[in-house]
Amino acid sequence: MAENMTQHRVPFQRLKIASFDFTSCEGCQLQLTNHEATLPDFLGLLDVRNFRELSSERHDDYDIALIEGSISRQDEVERLLKIRKQAKILVALGTCACFGGVNSLKNRFPVKTLIDELYPPMNIETLAVRKISDLVTVDLSIPGCPVNKDEVERIMVSLATGSRVTLPKYPVCMECKAQLNTCLFELGEICLGPLTRAGCNAVCTSGKTPCLGCRGPAEEINMASFLELVKERGLSLDDLQEKLAFYNAFEPWQNHEA
Amino acid sequence: MKRDYAIDIRHLARVEGHADIKITVREGQLVDAKWAIVETPRFFEVMLRGMSAERVPFLTSRICGICSISHALASIRALERAMEITPPVAAEKIRLLAMQGETLQSHALHLFFLIAPDFAGTSSVLGLLQSHPDLVKAGLKLKELGNEISTVTAGRCTHPVSLLVGGLSKAPDKQRLLQLLTMIQKQKPALDYACSFFRSIVIPDFSRETEFVSLSNGKSYPAIGGHLLSTDGVELEENDYLLMTNEYTREFSTSKFTRLSRDTSVAGALARFNNNHALLHPKAREVAEELGLKPVCHNPFMNTIAQLVECVHILEEAEELINSLLDMELRNIKTPYQPKAGSATGAVEAPRGILYHHLETDAAGHVVKADCVIPTTQNNGNIHSDLRAITLQALKEGKEDGEIEKLCEMMVRSYDPCISCSVH
Repeated sequence: MAENMTQHRVPFQRLKIASFDFTSCEGCQLQLTNHEATLPDFLGLLDVRNFRELSSERHDDYDIALIEGSISRQDEVERLLKIRKQAKILVALGTCACFGGVNSLKNRFPVKTLIDELYPPMNIETLAVRKISDLVTVDLSIPGCPVNKDEVERIMVSLATGSRVTLPKYPVCMECKAQLNTCLFELGEICLGPLTRAGCNAVCTSGKTPCLGCRGPAEEINMASFLELVKERGLSLDDLQEKLAFYNAFEPWQNHEA
Repeated sequence: MKRDYAIDIRHLARVEGHADIKITVREGQLVDAKWAIVETPRFFEVMLRGMSAERVPFLTSRICGICSISHALASIRALERAMEITPPVAAEKIRLLAMQGETLQSHALHLFFLIAPDFAGTSSVLGLLQSHPDLVKAGLKLKELGNEISTVTAGRCTHPVSLLVGGLSKAPDKQRLLQLLTMIQKQKPALDYACSFFRSIVIPDFSRETEFVSLSNGKSYPAIGGHLLSTDGVELEENDYLLMTNEYTREFSTSKFTRLSRDTSVAGALARFNNNHALLHPKAREVAEELGLKPVCHNPFMNTIAQLVECVHILEEAEELINSLLDMELRNIKTPYQPKAGSATGAVEAPRGILYHHLETDAAGHVVKADCVIPTTQNNGNIHSDLRAITLQALKEGKEDGEIEKLCEMMVRSYDPCISCSVH
């Protein structure tokens, strides 16, 4: 099995891994079970020590912790701090962990409004949504709503073989153009493809749906010229704000009013 | 023998989301049996407020990583009914196919990753890979097929990209539809193999009479829209979903509860089967009979078998749908619309049961009010009551402590709870 895995005949160990989910839809962890054709090989690369969704066995001797979701309750804060103490490498898995994700849309409303409107007469506990790096040091971020399994596989192989882990620095636009798609701006849509970090293979824009920026800003972005483009084409600034705020991944440029 | 006994399972494994099981037995008497959902709430109904109709399905799909297509389609249906939009026929067929892919994927995940390890005496699919490699291979093929159907029709299997209010942003490629047909043919033996495994296992003997709720349209096995029907004879229109659900809260659970004619009711594959078995494909009915599934079945463990029967149905129906799509021009896939004020319910049969989204829009098509009632919320009370009943039965039968714990875990898993969803 995987204990005998080698790269250039140099053997390497399986990754002692654990996966935990916080405030989320669990869609990113689900991606770990996708790519069924290569799944036995992928699992062979891992020594799964703790993964509640998948296994009833639980051990606390993991090196790598995958964290899905954002943080919105005190018990989650405590659980996260405990995981940080154990993990040598803490990975923010997916957009909620990296940026807060769609959960952050709730931060537009006072906590009391949320509780009173949805759970009367119960006084349910909830906090404003925070991303993982607001609370602990994150060693590695894998953005995406959901994460792209290709990228997760590539990163896990890099970790197992001690290679450098990198994310694309260029924007989604490049991946989209490589697929010869008609630009959505030409179809009268605001698309965040020019701003957003690539690595998703332009899956949304290839489906003729504008990019909402789930992977966060690319390495270097020019927001000023992007705004010019939107204005020049007479596109709606409200629509732009709705898109920029969708995943909370463009925080410095978001309008924070509800 | 009078004994003291406690089960305290924190964050039950192999279910989607966080929930605890607590059982206390004192001097041989059951003191307490509790199924407590402790998942962190996300407040989607408030998050939706102010969102444009165009963006809504992209937000609602994020309620659940497993049934994102169902959530997208429930909100799309609510908005189309609220703003009086009729999507093109081709779009409706493609949506239906996308849902079938999702249900196949979700059922396969449950049958092989979450349930099968219990029957094979192992803790996870990793153990199952060693003890039953052929079963895992069959399961993976079916899951892959489900995901591929959704990807071809909706652009991506988790969090779809092309499902919009009014129709679709992009039609599926006919070449890829043809490939799906080949793939379905190729994977039928995998499903036969899965059926032979589930025929060989012993399903625990337990029943507690309850009320089953599902969609029904009298013409086809339910998926998107229709009447709301219960085995106790309640029949209502989609917009009357509040009368069907009657949500309420209980302090120990972050998921709400529902009730109808009795204290508890059930949604899901078994409910769909109990209400619509005559509309299943003949091959699926045949498999149901072979596996001892007959309506009205009150054994919650048989939900797993109902899911397997639905997989058989899906493979047959997907073939028919793909063939009819191949005969159609797939040019007209979206109805243009002007946003307007309105309100309506969209009900769909998500993999785990009937799912309601009720949305109200303003004149600009922005959401004013949103309400979502999730299948697992509808099963919450029934799981709770079954846990009590099965523990009492096990005590009476003189089962060992470990056996009772395993039985309780398996019973809860058989409902395929989607806990994140229920605490949206």
